[in-house]
Amino acid sequence: MSFDQFLQYIVSGITNGSIYALTALGFTLIYNATDIINFAQGEFVMLGGLTAVSLHRLGLPLPVAFCGAVLIVMLVGIIFELLAIRPLLKASVLAQIIVTIGASLAFRTFAMIFWGRDSLPLPAFSGETPIKIFGARMTPQSLWVMGLTLVIVVALQLFYRRTLAGKAVRACSVNPEAARLMGISYSRVVLISFAVSAAISAAGGVLITPSSFMGYGSGAMIGLKGFAAAILGGLGSPIGAVLGGLALGVLESLAVGVVSAGYKDAVAFLILLAVLFVRPQGLMGQRPVEKV
Amino acid sequence: MHRKNVVIVVAVLAALGLLWMVGCGGGETTTTTAAPTTETTAVATTDTTAPAGPSGDPILIGAVVSATGPASPLGEPERAVLAMMETQINDAGGVLGRPVQIIIEDDQSNPKEAVTATQKLIQQDKVVALIGCTTSGATLAIKPITAEAGIPQLAMAASNAITDEPPMDWIWRTPQKDALAAARALKYVAETLGVTKIAVLHDENAFGASGAAEIAKSAPGLGLEIVATESYKTDDTDVTAQLTKIKGANPEALIVWGTNPGPAVAAKNLKQLGMEIPYIGSHGIANKAFIDLAGDAAEGVVFPAGKLLAVESITDPAQKAVVSQFVAAFEAATGGKPNTFAGHAFDALALLVNAINTAQSTDAAAIQSALNATTGFPGTGGIFNYSSTDHDGLSVDDMIMIKIEGGAWVWAK
Repeated sequence: MSFDQFLQYIVSGITNGSIYALTALGFTLIYNATDIINFAQGEFVMLGGLTAVSLHRLGLPLPVAFCGAVLIVMLVGIIFELLAIRPLLKASVLAQIIVTIGASLAFRTFAMIFWGRDSLPLPAFSGETPIKIFGARMTPQSLWVMGLTLVIVVALQLFYRRTLAGKAVRACSVNPEAARLMGISYSRVVLISFAVSAAISAAGGVLITPSSFMGYGSGAMIGLKGFAAAILGGLGSPIGAVLGGLALGVLESLAVGVVSAGYKDAVAFLILLAVLFVRPQGLMGQRPVEKV
Repeated sequence: MHRKNVVIVVAVLAALGLLWMVGCGGGETTTTTAAPTTETTAVATTDTTAPAGPSGDPILIGAVVSATGPASPLGEPERAVLAMMETQINDAGGVLGRPVQIIIEDDQSNPKEAVTATQKLIQQDKVVALIGCTTSGATLAIKPITAEAGIPQLAMAASNAITDEPPMDWIWRTPQKDALAAARALKYVAETLGVTKIAVLHDENAFGASGAAEIAKSAPGLGLEIVATESYKTDDTDVTAQLTKIKGANPEALIVWGTNPGPAVAAKNLKQLGMEIPYIGSHGIANKAFIDLAGDAAEGVVFPAGKLLAVESITDPAQKAVVSQFVAAFEAATGGKPNTFAGHAFDALALLVNAINTAQSTDAAAIQSALNATTGFPGTGGIFNYSSTDHDGLSVDDMIMIKIEGGAWVWAK
């Protein structure tokens, strides 16, 4: 493997890893507030991309289609939370998780009926002239995705550490009952988490559609890999989610280069298994301490 | 508490993963190839009875098509053509003086339904021959049934296995075989491009894998060396890693074998990486969707196709006449232009009726011999030459290479 090739694998890996990172962030947000793993997270990515395609087809310029798609999917996230999650907040975590699996299938079927079975494209946001970085090349679109990931991570960190609302969310993730006793509206925190998580995933979906296209089934693999990335980075840590996503992307890319393309997907799940055996709290997670 | 949740969640994740894989596996049977063919109206001209209406017991021909379901873009035009031809044939006096009745069953793009429909057509309706199916999966599912019942079957699907694997005595096909498209593509690479080192990037599904196998088998014979072979999953969103690996092997041309969206992603990635080698695709990208997806990256892409995509390439006058008559008849009957699948159905029925007329009988064995003796028959897909060992009927010369220029299809000579 030449250095140029190695660099290209890294660059491609970071590009793909960014979308895993965004999806993992979505998982983390919801998990932090509710202990729920939202298996419909990948579908929010898919819905974001496809909604933007429809809006663009209606004639709206790309930035408007982007904002519109994010808002619409945020609304879908809110409605989903109100209808499917809220009634179950007092039920077991397993029930809630199964509801999200059901929702993911429902979203996928709706997308198949509404948008058909083909993958659909969007025009690139700032053209397609590749950018050269030493021996590697990436598209401007990848920069958009990476840029968005960075902005969201920074914004989330500021939110959690510097704002009262952010502290309220962190309080809920540690101990919902105590948080309620302190006057924090737990159900509102959950709602906000779902809304923001859906918005982040949708934004990622819109940004990857120009280069990777989006079809009704695209969300499934993105969701699974995003989940693996979240576990790798440590469920509950936003920075961990991003690191996990990037690491997963790079490892996948290198696996294609070093081993063979057939093992690309296997890498993600092998890593997941390895992490769970060796360091279950992930790269950045903290080993939970139970005090009796 | 957290760790227990995570364990539960992993179990659920495993279940979800399994569910997803099972769900994805079923979709592959509908990726039939879109080798475009042209249509003829040879049927009407083979009838010699007087214009007075046909009389007597109707000749029952069965048909199993995917008129609904994911394969309906392929199966619905086939159904329309069969219905149109039934009227035409009967208006011209029927076959052997008897009216023709085509009993069309819809398999809903599901091989299991195809099997049920076939059983019904053979046992209840007692058809003399069967045209089916639209998809390779369904065709292969009913092949053993028609073979055991000794009923001639004319297939409209492209998978190699249809005529490569037994039972093979009772099935003929009208689309160009997958292996033929691969051979045509290799011929272009070896003769027109004149290069020696090629790389292959293929989809890991049945279509891509069998194409790659064909290419690997035939390339050495044409003096081509495959310097790199890489694969991708059908829904992979990025193949830059695979292309980077291929780039390291310095090929002079790249063959990409798969159906959308993979080849479109590959075209974009190829451009992104600045690899200036020619891109040769499979007949699976012979549709506008590829151009929509790949955009500018589709420029210069070449792929094998039937002559319907570039009608000016047809040199045989009989085939030319057949194509223009068919296009006109289809437009008159349905108001739209025929696609290649409509052509497959047309050829299937035309060849069957021709065989019945030649044999002057509807006896299965007689039809079988007549089909095997069919030579020089002009169809929309090309000139058909069947024999007892060749049930594919077409040759590499029935396919042309199409180049995408300015977002449109141009015949690449």
